[in-house]
Amino acid sequence: MTDTTTTSPEIGGIGHSVKRAEDARLIEGQGNFVDDIAMPGMLYMALVRSPVAHARINSINTEAAAAVDGVVAVVTGELMDAHGLAWMPTLSGDTQAVLATDKVRYQGQEVAAVVATDPYIATDAAELVDVDYEMLDAITTPQQSLADGAELIRNEKEGQTDNLAYTWETGDAAATEAAFANADRVVSLTTHYPRSHPSPLETCGIVADVNSVTGQATLYMTSQAPHAHRTLFALVAGLPEQNIRIVSPDIGGGFGNKVPIYPGYVVATAASLLIGQPVKWVETRTGNLISTGFGRDYYMTGELALSNDGRIQAMRVDMLSDQGAFYADAQPTRYKAGLFHVCTGSYDFGNAHIKCRGAFTNKAPGGVAYRCSFRITEASFLIERLMQTAADELGIDPAELRMRNFIQPEQFPYETPTGFVYDSGDYPTALRKALDAAGYDELRAEQAASREQGKLMGIGIAHFTEAVGAGPAHTYDIAGLKMIDSAELRVHPTGKAVLKIGVKTQGQGHETTFAQIVAEETGIPASDIKVIHGDTDDTPYGLGTYASRSTPVGGAATAMVARKIADKARHIAAHLLEAAPEDIERDADKFFVAGSPDQSVSIQDAAFAAYTNLPEGMEYGLEDVTYYNPPNLTFPYGSYVVVVDVDPDTGVWKVRRMVALDDCGVRINPMIVEGQIHGGLTEGFAMSSMQWITFDDDGNCIGSNFMDYLIPTAWETPRFELLETVTPSPHHPIGAKGIGESATVGSPAAFVNAVVDAVAHLGVRNIDMPVLPDRVWEAIETANT
Amino acid sequence: MEITVNINGTDHTADVEPRKLLVDHIRTDARLTGTHIGCDTTSCGVCTVLVDGKPVKSCTMLAVQADGRNVTTVEGLKSADGLHPIQQAFSDEHGLQCGFCTPAMMLVGAALIDENPNPSDDEIRWAISGNLCRCTGYMNIVKSIQAAAAVASNGAAGADA
Ligand code: FES
Ligand code: FES
Repeated sequence: MTDTTTTSPEIGGIGHSVKRAEDARLIEGQGNFVDDIAMPGMLYMALVRSPVAHARINSINTEAAAAVDGVVAVVTGELMDAHGLAWMPTLSGDTQAVLATDKVRYQGQEVAAVVATDPYIATDAAELVDVDYEMLDAITTPQQSLADGAELIRNEKEGQTDNLAYTWETGDAAATEAAFANADRVVSLTTHYPRSHPSPLETCGIVADVNSVTGQATLYMTSQAPHAHRTLFALVAGLPEQNIRIVSPDIGGGFGNKVPIYPGYVVATAASLLIGQPVKWVETRTGNLISTGFGRDYYMTGELALSNDGRIQAMRVDMLSDQGAFYADAQPTRYKAGLFHVCTGSYDFGNAHIKCRGAFTNKAPGGVAYRCSFRITEASFLIERLMQTAADELGIDPAELRMRNFIQPEQFPYETPTGFVYDSGDYPTALRKALDAAGYDELRAEQAASREQGKLMGIGIAHFTEAVGAGPAHTYDIAGLKMIDSAELRVHPTGKAVLKIGVKTQGQGHETTFAQIVAEETGIPASDIKVIHGDTDDTPYGLGTYASRSTPVGGAATAMVARKIADKARHIAAHLLEAAPEDIERDADKFFVAGSPDQSVSIQDAAFAAYTNLPEGMEYGLEDVTYYNPPNLTFPYGSYVVVVDVDPDTGVWKVRRMVALDDCGVRINPMIVEGQIHGGLTEGFAMSSMQWITFDDDGNCIGSNFMDYLIPTAWETPRFELLETVTPSPHHPIGAKGIGESATVGSPAAFVNAVVDAVAHLGVRNIDMPVLPDRVWEAIETANT
Repeated sequence: MEITVNINGTDHTADVEPRKLLVDHIRTDARLTGTHIGCDTTSCGVCTVLVDGKPVKSCTMLAVQADGRNVTTVEGLKSADGLHPIQQAFSDEHGLQCGFCTPAMMLVGAALIDENPNPSDDEIRWAISGNLCRCTGYMNIVKSIQAAAAVASNGAAGADA
């Protein structure tokens, strides 16, 4: 492991595997999750969801439900409409029904809500809400949706005459065409990145407490972006923003699922306002799986133009996304398909052209970047699968093909054909190191020998470059809100500190790592710093935690505010040491006059003096705030090598080795970084092997519970071998790049490449995810006949 | 129905509907919210508690079935001597991230070590295979349980000596 520490373990700055501050409450069952909140007079809400995917609503009869003992209110779309709340804006500029009034457009859509004194009563009464549906044809694929004569899903949307949600294009079409026309070889791959669901173990929920006299709304919400949600609530509901306080308490995992605003939050808030009592809504697992933000569902055709010796000249992509019934992706306003156009990956070539279309279908809306930075997972998967295809087609070893095309270390900062400027990297070293650790040459020799004996083993490689940390205000906003972030640091007279941040942990350990950044920059021990996050009344503004933006943006803000504090402390130290500020140096937690380190002032002394003994003209106190607008994204990367054994008779495959090298720049807390990688690799394995949400022809969601939607347990999950290189980001104050999502982005292609590699000699070029045994078996059978 | 369930050494008497799930009884009547709910199909395991020392998914059992029995929840792991070794190990080995699955994982781990003081990697993975975790990839959970087992067997060896 690279030692990057400059502070003692007692101070616990950058590079120390400091034990997590958040653990103490969580291991004693004293966490505070939304469902743990109880308030006097609190009522419980249950949602009535559509059992069908597409139907006109003829009538809703709430009488029987309202008559149940303990039911306080039944809320329908009509009631919401009377308050102008039947529809709400989505994060990507569309509108979404809060409670359906005209039609239902997907199975599980919110139709009504029952509020009662007890959750069992609310659920029972919800069953009694009688909705008369007139069935319409369900459209379950984007191909059907865009076919002539398809039923119009969004008939309420002005100017909408077909089921097209968006079109979007980027890159140089003419230059790319020319490169393809002149290429020695063209390699292509058509694949579907299936619909998946982040399904954190805690579902979504809210306790809405609206004071009907003062109008103060306190909303305890499972929110990855509490500040942005506050502003959106203000805009949707017309509530004065100062009267809205969103508290995102302990969150049981997010992975993008808790970025959008869901109808349940809005209805519970409206119900609390109307009734004048707190209302709790906690989603069922089925509700979570069938109605909240899914991930992926991209149909992609990618092509590479290559020379005979395997040099890539251009890339062409045609993508069709399944958006569900409302275009509700959570991503930067100006990018219709998120960061999908980072699809040129880690390779140096001149031209690319990417064409994207999105279609409405009768499925749940809300495409979220499931543990990834705005759709870069699909992009990374496509190029890394294409590299495998090209290697197989051209007969070049896949590691060698990558080496021939890598962006070289001296080319950074490197501008890609679609306009991203990669900050730093050394790709060849990373891949070499991962290959060596895996014993690549021996594995290839073993593979050749085992094929002779009719055995199937495969070696899969993926070398991904991620683009995280959105983002620079000139390019990145969500619903107009610039994607900056913030930190406020207060140092108390005794030298203990409180750091308040705009980002929000859902398990990533912000309370620990952000304190370490302050410790590094000021010398205040991390254990003396309390980190506050998630409460909009108590923290400065920020866009929240997703797209691995906490460390790149919020972490940078934290370093910058800590530097301001350290600088003021240096001036105070100069005063105490009776020296000029420019002569003062700092070593970890001490200030001294250059050349005489034995006479020093500690950061704690300086903090005390900030309230007691200041130089002339200086303002009292030791606190500051920083809003950080990053100059660029950061670009973490990694090289993954997977070894699988495939049973030729059944198609069952087992991961023998998984070697994962990650370079996320400077690692603030190595222990936490490795934990993030373990989790990300597991989700990558999940998507490649078992995790998908499917629908039958009528639009019924298969995979609406954890018996049908498979999540890997400890038994199936492979063991991981982790490696690292450290290439700091040159533009980030502490050189960190972000790590929460790299492994989910990079690993699916490595697993799929490994299985395809095992059967490539039979002529198999592709098996779609999830790579289920029957798909492998079928690929082998087809190849053999 | 009136029931009395001994939770973490204290009798809790309550009048409950016969259909009430044990997990709801623990969370709402006893107000012990360290036991969580994560699914509707008894698949995720975050509601796991020990009933008479054995791991049980408390969403799969009715509160009335627990009448007269001893239930241990995460809040009961700590003793007068301080944290249970499994709690310490989860923190030391970074066995938790969001912490939602953690109470259940620790209880299953503690029950496993009681039965099998020296579990192998595979035995641990099998024991926790009824408990999902979305954050950790299980690597550090396995390590945590191994570390707790090592403490337990060292402690036992120490006591014997
Ligand atoms: S809540 Fe999921 S198993 Fe009990
Ligand atoms: S730590 Fe989050 S689910 Fe296990």
